[in-house]
Amino acid sequence: MLANLRQLVRYRGLIQTLVTRELKARYRGSVLGFFWSFVNPLLLLTVYTIVFSVVLPGFRGVEVEPYALFLFCGLLPWTWFSSGLLESANSLIAGGNLIKKVVFPAEILPIVAVLSNMFHFFFALPILGFFLLFYARPLSLIEFAWFPVVVLVQLMLTLGLGLVLSAMTVHFRDLRDLLGNLLTLWFFSTPIIYPMVMVPAGGKFIMDLNPFAHLVISYQEILFYDGPFGHWRWLLALAVASVVLFLIGFALFDRLRDSFAEEV
Amino acid sequence: MSTAIELHAVTKLYRRYAHRRQFATLKSALVSGSLVRDLRPDETFTAVGGVSFSVPTGSAFGIIGRNGSGKSTLLNLIAGITKPTSGEVQVNGRISALIELGAGFHPEISGRENIFINGVMLGLSKREIAERFDEIVRFAELEAFIDAPVKTYSSGMYMRLGFAVAVHVDPDILIVDEVLAVGDEGFSLKCLDKFSEFKRHGKTILLVTHGLSTVQKFCDEAVWLDEGQIKGQGDPRRVVHMYLSDVAAAEEKLLAAEDKKRVEATTLDKTTPRGDGEPPEDMFRASEGRWGSGDVTITNVTIDGDDGPTHLFQSGDQMTVRMKVTASVPLDDFVFGISIFNTEGICCYGTNTDIEDFKSETMTGDGEVSVVIEHLDLVEGTYKLDVAAHTREGRPYDYHRLLHTFRVKSDTKDIGIYRPRHAWTFTPNIRFRNRPGE
Repeated sequence: MLANLRQLVRYRGLIQTLVTRELKARYRGSVLGFFWSFVNPLLLLTVYTIVFSVVLPGFRGVEVEPYALFLFCGLLPWTWFSSGLLESANSLIAGGNLIKKVVFPAEILPIVAVLSNMFHFFFALPILGFFLLFYARPLSLIEFAWFPVVVLVQLMLTLGLGLVLSAMTVHFRDLRDLLGNLLTLWFFSTPIIYPMVMVPAGGKFIMDLNPFAHLVISYQEILFYDGPFGHWRWLLALAVASVVLFLIGFALFDRLRDSFAEEV
Repeated sequence: MSTAIELHAVTKLYRRYAHRRQFATLKSALVSGSLVRDLRPDETFTAVGGVSFSVPTGSAFGIIGRNGSGKSTLLNLIAGITKPTSGEVQVNGRISALIELGAGFHPEISGRENIFINGVMLGLSKREIAERFDEIVRFAELEAFIDAPVKTYSSGMYMRLGFAVAVHVDPDILIVDEVLAVGDEGFSLKCLDKFSEFKRHGKTILLVTHGLSTVQKFCDEAVWLDEGQIKGQGDPRRVVHMYLSDVAAAEEKLLAAEDKKRVEATTLDKTTPRGDGEPPEDMFRASEGRWGSGDVTITNVTIDGDDGPTHLFQSGDQMTVRMKVTASVPLDDFVFGISIFNTEGICCYGTNTDIEDFKSETMTGDGEVSVVIEHLDLVEGTYKLDVAAHTREGRPYDYHRLLHTFRVKSDTKDIGIYRPRHAWTFTPNIRFRNRPGE
């Protein structure tokens, strides 16, 4: 397994090429092309803003103003996370041609799925920056230094889950259907559209167990709330857990590797 | 001599049934890891069973065999795409596998970008690809389209591009699975030239193909796989010959079985098609069947070659048609005839004893009639035989219409229905690079 992990470093050129290909191919043929990376999150934001200011105006708490900015802090990372997982779950089956017909390191496929979604997340960040400027939010540099750490932890977590899901989906195709619904449940169990303070005392426990809640809270504390970044202990704990998860995920993937060419 | 590929008792089992329910539980999925180990024999299928051979470095090695004989499985094992269930595969050197051309092309992006991506997938660095880029495009004959998205390519263009990238990877071992059918005649020749160039440079080529002449001309050694086992190995000419005679034996068996079934299924029809055993109005249009008054019955028909009954002939072979006949009453008016039809229903030849001025005198009880065709000078194809016994006026006793089959093979793919014995001669100022039979 260690040898295979080292291989991964050797394949970075291939990973890079494939991520670029994904990004290039994504919007080929559409009129707006690359701009969809900006437009998509904006449209999503508009949907949620309309829902919570027109349809359900009483839903959000008073202190989450401006709501659009608050929503963005959670929504962008979530989009990366959920699309990354959905795509990696499907990646081995979609890339079956490669696995079956070429000597190809299969783990690259889910990794590429997660990474290309990470870049979409990056491409949407300027909009977030624009909102920060627009609302003239104070940003401390020290706080902002945590931002890459959060991104890195999220990357580890998503990769770990992505590897597990991709390997399992080859054998249990049912996972693809199940996953979409699980992610919806996960989305609503995470303080993305509502602030943490609205969670009742009994729900707090569930939030503590939800790894993505810690990521979202970290993003929100860094980008939205004033005051020092207080969630760092949780974040570091999650970082350790994510690395462990990644290793477990990779080990599992490695174990099932030989079966892919036959089962895909 | 060093070996490029070495196989020791390589076996590959596949699951016979579709792969649902192969893990009883999630736990066993996680624990069992390698999936094939605890398969029960009644659920598995041996795609390759205990195959050992070695391929010397720098040789061209051919694998031939019927469909489903395990050739592709073997290539996948050698390429490292799948792992053997047991046994060992040793490969020395970089492999490029032309198993599926253009695997990994993305339809939305241009040929140019796909060359780079495909090259990286096959293990080249970006710089190496840039160096070979022009050559790849030239080889694929896609100069005009290289910046168009691959989805706009025709399937031939797609394959050519895939082939071009794969052969420019500069492998030590090239694995080729049945891809010489790519593109037109010109491109196939170019592919073969490229393979020859590989060979000259001391690279190893492993070739799986149904193009037996390619194997004979191009390979140094060949194996013949049948049902996952090696049936023959060694000199390509000899192996191909063994394979062909096995194919012929199977074909013979099939034709014999079909003929037997057809003859058994038809009974002598005494009333049809026009009552009292009259022949159909347009004889040559009638479909297969058997009719006649039954005063004479043809009880058995065999077609003999040099070594007894067969259904397969080389063009020019001797053929003997034997009919066992029985007369139920003593007769003085009888004619025996045969005709040969090709698959288009054209009568290639027909004759009978009356036409050839045999005057019938008496016939009683059982007997045998044989026709010896000394040289069966027909072109390649499948033929049907009519045999008949009838009166001089043409009222059938027993007419077998299209019930018996034989097949003629020929190395020369000439056309028409009949091959007159012929020879070419030329004055010395007309020369040929090669002449058959020299």
